[in-house]
Amino acid sequence: MLSRAHIAGVLAFAAVAAVAPALPPWFVSLATIAFANALVVLGLIILWRAGLVPFGQALFYAAGAYAVALISRYTSWRDVFLLVAIGAAAAGLLAFLIGFLLARYRDIFFAMLSLALSMILYGILVKTESLGSTDGFNVEPGTFFGYRPRGAALNLALFWLVLALSAVAAFLISLYFRSVAGTLAVPVRDNEIRLEFLGVSVNRLIHLKLVISGILAGVGGALAALAVAHVDPNMSYWTTSGGFVFVTILAGAGSVAAAFVGSLVFELLRSIAVDLVPGTWQIILGSALLLTILFLPEGLGSLFQRLRRAPQQASPEKA
Amino acid sequence: MLTALAILTDGLVYAAYLFLVAVGLTLIFGVMKILNVTHGSFYAFGAYGAATAVGIYYDRGLPEAGGFLFMVLLAMAIGLVLGFVLERGVLRLVYGKDEVVIVLVTYAVFLMLEDVIVLIWGPRSYGAYQPMVAAGSIEIGDLVLSNYDILLVAIAALVALVSYWALKYTRYGRLLTVVIFNRETAAAFGVNVTVVYTVTFVIGAMLGALGGAVMAPKISVTLGIGVEVIVLAFAVVATGGMGSIEGALIGALIVGICRAAAVHLVPQLELFVIYAVMALVLIFRPYGLFSRAAPRKI
Repeated sequence: MLSRAHIAGVLAFAAVAAVAPALPPWFVSLATIAFANALVVLGLIILWRAGLVPFGQALFYAAGAYAVALISRYTSWRDVFLLVAIGAAAAGLLAFLIGFLLARYRDIFFAMLSLALSMILYGILVKTESLGSTDGFNVEPGTFFGYRPRGAALNLALFWLVLALSAVAAFLISLYFRSVAGTLAVPVRDNEIRLEFLGVSVNRLIHLKLVISGILAGVGGALAALAVAHVDPNMSYWTTSGGFVFVTILAGAGSVAAAFVGSLVFELLRSIAVDLVPGTWQIILGSALLLTILFLPEGLGSLFQRLRRAPQQASPEKA
Repeated sequence: MLTALAILTDGLVYAAYLFLVAVGLTLIFGVMKILNVTHGSFYAFGAYGAATAVGIYYDRGLPEAGGFLFMVLLAMAIGLVLGFVLERGVLRLVYGKDEVVIVLVTYAVFLMLEDVIVLIWGPRSYGAYQPMVAAGSIEIGDLVLSNYDILLVAIAALVALVSYWALKYTRYGRLLTVVIFNRETAAAFGVNVTVVYTVTFVIGAMLGALGGAVMAPKISVTLGIGVEVIVLAFAVVATGGMGSIEGALIGALIVGICRAAAVHLVPQLELFVIYAVMALVLIFRPYGLFSRAAPRKI
């Protein structure tokens, strides 16, 4: 099961975790958000491999975030592991229920219905006073099995938490991609009727993918809520979903690592652009997306794969 | 009784607005199979253009009636240029790609145009209330109606009628119908699909700009209006059936009346109801109210 890519991934995560205390605090915060979002993107990649693009993934993201925020507001539970688990469960349950409906849809209709559902949540959040209305509300700092860090130590602890969860998620999803259900994604995209004739229930396959991606988005949202210490309805707005789709396209569906690298590149690009050329960062992002679609349709991840594939293709000729 | 009447009139006005922003979107989708996120930018450019036009016109103290016309014309001219540049400059490069990928291309352009607006008009907001004030209002019983709102409904009705007539009874409209049904067969019979695409996209862009222009006097023209409107237009178009003009009309009416009812009866549900209607329709009719189900290809 453990391949060279897995070992490389573990080493990469361990290396980042080890150097984290030496990194500038702004980078730690940025990377925390980037990796939390990368989990959402990982979920989108699962769907994108089957040809599905949800324009409302922020629904599950916001569900995870609000679950954490509400628990921390109305109860005395502060343990981050518990909170993230609740966020994941809430989003996963929501995805499971919605999946009965959404799994029947394809193409643009899938995108639109998912958009509508996320906008329903947005509408509810904006208009409900007890959920904080448009302002949202703050999230209490979390504890780690009784350890209560504050300030920079809290940021660092959260970063390690995000890294650990990312590593686990990346490992599990890479296993999923090699499983039967995972490898059937491409046939679903190419021709699902043939797949049905072979005795596979495509709807159930997509339902499973939806639940997995929902859980990932819930974890991402829960982590983002803890990292930012605030939730607001914009987490469920369509532009948030659009951002996730953006990173998915930027990263490409080729590999698990692409989600993390892509998300980090996106956040860096955004903060650098906002810093250097305020007021034009959307032009830069838009051009990046456009150029990616035109010249790198498989995403940034395909660059690595090309590099890796090149020597392998050369070897049979030698033999 | 008064509430019922208010719901009906408010609903109609809101429906007129929704129809105006949705008709261009549905036209482009019907012909080109492109779900055009950039439509929000057309709307925003139309509104900003109209605000500029109002600023220029009313400062000179020219006759009031002409101001509205000048505003609409300038906005539609902007829509024409923008639509043409986009279709020829960007979309031409991606025809034949996956539908969802083209959505993302228009999303990328939409992001860029959001900043182009800031570069041209700056971050401040504009008012263009003069035509609305000039139009005045009338009283029917206890109900006060703005003449401008009535004009808005009339414009929406006119656009609906003209597009219906143009599609059914003009040569170009019939060519469009042919392309909608089957692009390849149309091309095989000598229809110049490239030109049809360009013209359709430009008309769609002008309609989007028109929507922005006529709404400009009613709203504060500010950053982010395109973001809001595009998702509303999506809801209407998806409810009615993507690519269908009568669908956009019925979708706008249903969503408009439902929202007005929510605003008057349970204000908390205002935003919720729009998307709930859409989700409800999609549950029972996945392709919207007025849309042919696509045949499955093996």
